[in-house]
Amino acid sequence: MNYTEFLLWVRGPAFHFATAILVLGLTLRFLEMLFLGSPRQYAAVRSNGIAGGIRTVISRFAPPEPGVFQRSWFIIVAGYLFHLGFFISFFLFAPHIILLKSLLGVSWPGLPAPVINIITIISLFAMITLLINRWYYPVLRFLSDFEDYLSWTLAFLPLFTGYLAFHHIWLPYPLMLALHILSVEILMIVLPFTKLIHTFTFIIARWTNGARAAQKGVQV
Amino acid sequence: MTKQPTIGESLRSQGISRREFMKFCTTAASLMAISPALIPQLAKALENTPRQSVIWLSFQECTGCTESLTRSHAPNLESLIFNTISLDYHHTLQAASGEAAELARAEAMKANNGKYLLVVDGSIPLANPGYSTIAGMSNKDILLEVAQGAKAVIAVGTCAAFGGLPKAAPNPTGAVAVQDLITDKPIVNVPGCPPIPIVISSVIAHYVTFGVLPQLDGLKRPLSFFGQNIHDRCYRRPFYERGWFAESFDDEGAKQGWCLYKLGCKGPVTYNACAIFKWNDAVSFPIEAGHGCLGCSEPDFWDAGGFYQALSVPLTGTATAVSYAMVGGAALGVVGGLLNRQKKSEAKQHHEVVSIADLKRT
Amino acid sequence: MSAATFARGYQALKENIDISIAAYFQSCVHCGMCADACLFYTETNDPKYTPIHKLAPLRKVWEQEYTLLGRLKVWLGLAQPLKDEELAEWKEYIYDSCTLCGRCSMVCPVGNDLVYMIRKAREGMAAAGHAPAGLIGATTRAIQIGSPMGLKWLALQTQIKHVENDTGLTIPIDQVGAEFLVLMSAMEIINFPEYLAAVAKIMKHVGKTWTISTEAFEATNSGIQIGASDIAKELVSRIVKAAEKLQVKTVISPECGHAYMAIRWEGPNLMGRYFKFQVKHILEVLDEFRDQGKLKTDGIFETARLTYHDPCQIARRGGVIEQPRNLLKLIARNFVEMADHGKMNWCCGGGGGVSAIDEAHELRTKVFNRKKNQLQELKVEKLVTACANCRIIIEEGFEAYQMELPIIGLTEMVAEHLVEK
Ligand code: SF4
Ligand code: SF4
Ligand code: SF4
Ligand code: SF4
Repeated sequence: MNYTEFLLWVRGPAFHFATAILVLGLTLRFLEMLFLGSPRQYAAVRSNGIAGGIRTVISRFAPPEPGVFQRSWFIIVAGYLFHLGFFISFFLFAPHIILLKSLLGVSWPGLPAPVINIITIISLFAMITLLINRWYYPVLRFLSDFEDYLSWTLAFLPLFTGYLAFHHIWLPYPLMLALHILSVEILMIVLPFTKLIHTFTFIIARWTNGARAAQKGVQV
Repeated sequence: MTKQPTIGESLRSQGISRREFMKFCTTAASLMAISPALIPQLAKALENTPRQSVIWLSFQECTGCTESLTRSHAPNLESLIFNTISLDYHHTLQAASGEAAELARAEAMKANNGKYLLVVDGSIPLANPGYSTIAGMSNKDILLEVAQGAKAVIAVGTCAAFGGLPKAAPNPTGAVAVQDLITDKPIVNVPGCPPIPIVISSVIAHYVTFGVLPQLDGLKRPLSFFGQNIHDRCYRRPFYERGWFAESFDDEGAKQGWCLYKLGCKGPVTYNACAIFKWNDAVSFPIEAGHGCLGCSEPDFWDAGGFYQALSVPLTGTATAVSYAMVGGAALGVVGGLLNRQKKSEAKQHHEVVSIADLKRT
Repeated sequence: MSAATFARGYQALKENIDISIAAYFQSCVHCGMCADACLFYTETNDPKYTPIHKLAPLRKVWEQEYTLLGRLKVWLGLAQPLKDEELAEWKEYIYDSCTLCGRCSMVCPVGNDLVYMIRKAREGMAAAGHAPAGLIGATTRAIQIGSPMGLKWLALQTQIKHVENDTGLTIPIDQVGAEFLVLMSAMEIINFPEYLAAVAKIMKHVGKTWTISTEAFEATNSGIQIGASDIAKELVSRIVKAAEKLQVKTVISPECGHAYMAIRWEGPNLMGRYFKFQVKHILEVLDEFRDQGKLKTDGIFETARLTYHDPCQIARRGGVIEQPRNLLKLIARNFVEMADHGKMNWCCGGGGGVSAIDEAHELRTKVFNRKKNQLQELKVEKLVTACANCRIIIEEGFEAYQMELPIIGLTEMVAEHLVEK
């Protein structure tokens, strides 16, 4: 298989397969979860749970209170940089926008490539520090298991190969591009079955937590 | 048999001056990335070497490649190089026809056995030899026969190099490339649909001078021409970096000369020299004319997604895959979900009320 | 006679897993932030006290019972099913080192409600027989005697007499049609009868009818702390029955935080129906009186520099946050807030039944360090709170750390500042 065939394969069958697994996996896992049901709330509520749930889904994007920030600042800062970088380079890089448009039918303006480049570097750097932190910080070393390192790797590779492809480093561009796409496809395939699914389930997590608290009149 | 005239002799008999000849050598040297110090050697070699015998076979092709080579403005380097070879067999260009032509081929093969260069354009049909024959011989047979005594093979054009248009899905003729059939000879691929004329002349010049083929890339293409990416040398690149894209062929962006990525340009994955040498006597090249690169020097470029589909867009079929996946996922999910629900309600049904007597083990 | 078995515990865990718990386990990215929010980690620096780690057994059940992949893993022998020994080992995490304070649920970036899960995990632990002896004892007393501390009506009656003698007020008992049914916590009955006196005084001040029930005076609910909903339900139903019999409009939960959680929030869900009466925390009621202009203070302000310790179950877990502050502003000049307060307060270390677990005593004294530091930073002269349990834990903590600081209940303090009519 030469690199063109490889590139065609990742852009064609492999992509279709990965998308299919992603969709299938997400549907499966969400249904699996939703069928578990939720206990009903009989206590007289102070405020609407739905509104409170939505509020928490959004409010937990914001940095936490100073007291919490102080204690966990490293993971918060590095976590933000990584996630922001990942999503900016994913959603605001022109070629990606075209891809998303072809899949979703909507499009939006992107950022200039050099800006994406810097953001990617920051994001990569943040990820590396997060990994080191995982090794050195006792709580994280204690908690971390194979899945944590796997998730890290699968999130790191698309950024990294994307960076290499963009700069035509190491391998011929079509090959690097193919590897980049492939790394995303692996991510897509594995996502529904690992903690990477938090990309989607965090909404339910925040929602339920926020709704329960809001019913009691507390904004969490 | 008469002694072949050397290239120098032949050029002089054509009235080409020493000055013009040196100019060619310099250009060829620079194209082939040969050090300027070697130009005298190149000139000397060309001067004194007998004209190289070349047999040119055309299979499933459109003659575009030959057109590309010959339809150049005279006098130019391409025509010049044609004078340095002895084109002993070429359907389109030779005067002889029918049996005389085949005879010429047989003679050349005999006289220069083991020394002649075989140039091929067009792909070879394997599904049914009847798709393309020459003098009753299948393309495959003739290729194998001629290749046997060749010193090296040059596959000109994407069809010969990678199968090209005939091989495009669904490949009705079972077309294959030269390299799929010939494995025991040095092969140079000069892909392009058509290839840039200067490339072929330079490859021959290199061969004549040094007796070896130039350095090749992984797809057997001369590195000096195919080592660079169109996108990397594209003058529209700054617009790409800034994210300024033409959205259609007649919008403001297109008029301003913005990047053609969104209109399907395959420059980023194409290795060719168009952006450097351009076409038609270096007048322009497709991107400059306002059309994205088709990636014609790459294998399977016909099937690499629509010509007007951006590179980052996956090949068609995603929607089908997604719809199947949704159905499959929903089915699996409902089954899994119902199992979960059943399990949970069973657990609830079997719940024995915990009283204070149940808090300890017996 | 039936008894606790591993199978019953496992079944209970299975029963309690719902959408949200599935979402939490799927979402956790092992970021470790919940550790930084939990005083059992911050004061010990021992990673094993990380809140999400406390849920490892529940996670196992979810994964192996309710996910396709998990089932596959067990089937292929790649994962080991939950064992009884694991549950036994986790007793330390699910009970001894968690006060159900809910601070961890505030910080999780993916939004996990960890305390919700720990509460549910206790259901399995209790049914499996892995609840701490101290809690089993308290629960047994609550069911058999009527109060986790073994108090009978007689004890309360005695205190009522004392209070009546001291204040000259009558404490209404079993009065049908009163507006409020006032509940007590055992600790208040034994250690802080001032609370009852304060309530009597305030009710008289605002001119409201109220009553105490001989059938349901104890508001705390060990069933919830131990994690036995069936028992909790029985305890709650006593109150519900009494409240309905006495036809009160509102049941007033005492200061005790867990009692409030039990009757106000878990109660209706345990009963599986809406209540015909309202449930309010005493501070909520007081603040309403204040809002209606019914509280006439004597105009003498507390001048000591004081702060308020939010009992977790009242503030973060109960939603009564502004009310105590409103009340304090009414009577105190020098009220200062701790750095983390309100919904971000730090637990005293003894909630969630931990105070009843003997073997957790050392650990909880250690983690009291957090509260101690908070108070020392603030340099206050007085501490106000609104939970008898917090109050006792804090007093014990002061003793252990050789610190001196007067503590007072907010209701009591409000009562002290009312003009005599
Ligand atoms: S026009 Fe094509 S080759 Fe030129 S910069 Fe744009 S994408 Fe690259
Ligand atoms: S610009 Fe691209 S498609 Fe056009 S001739 Fe050159 S390589 Fe072929
Ligand atoms: S509820 Fe409180 S004590 Fe329990 S784990 Fe969470 S932060 Fe720690
Ligand atoms: S804070 Fe949330 S995501 Fe982080 S380790 Fe704890 S439960 Fe997991």
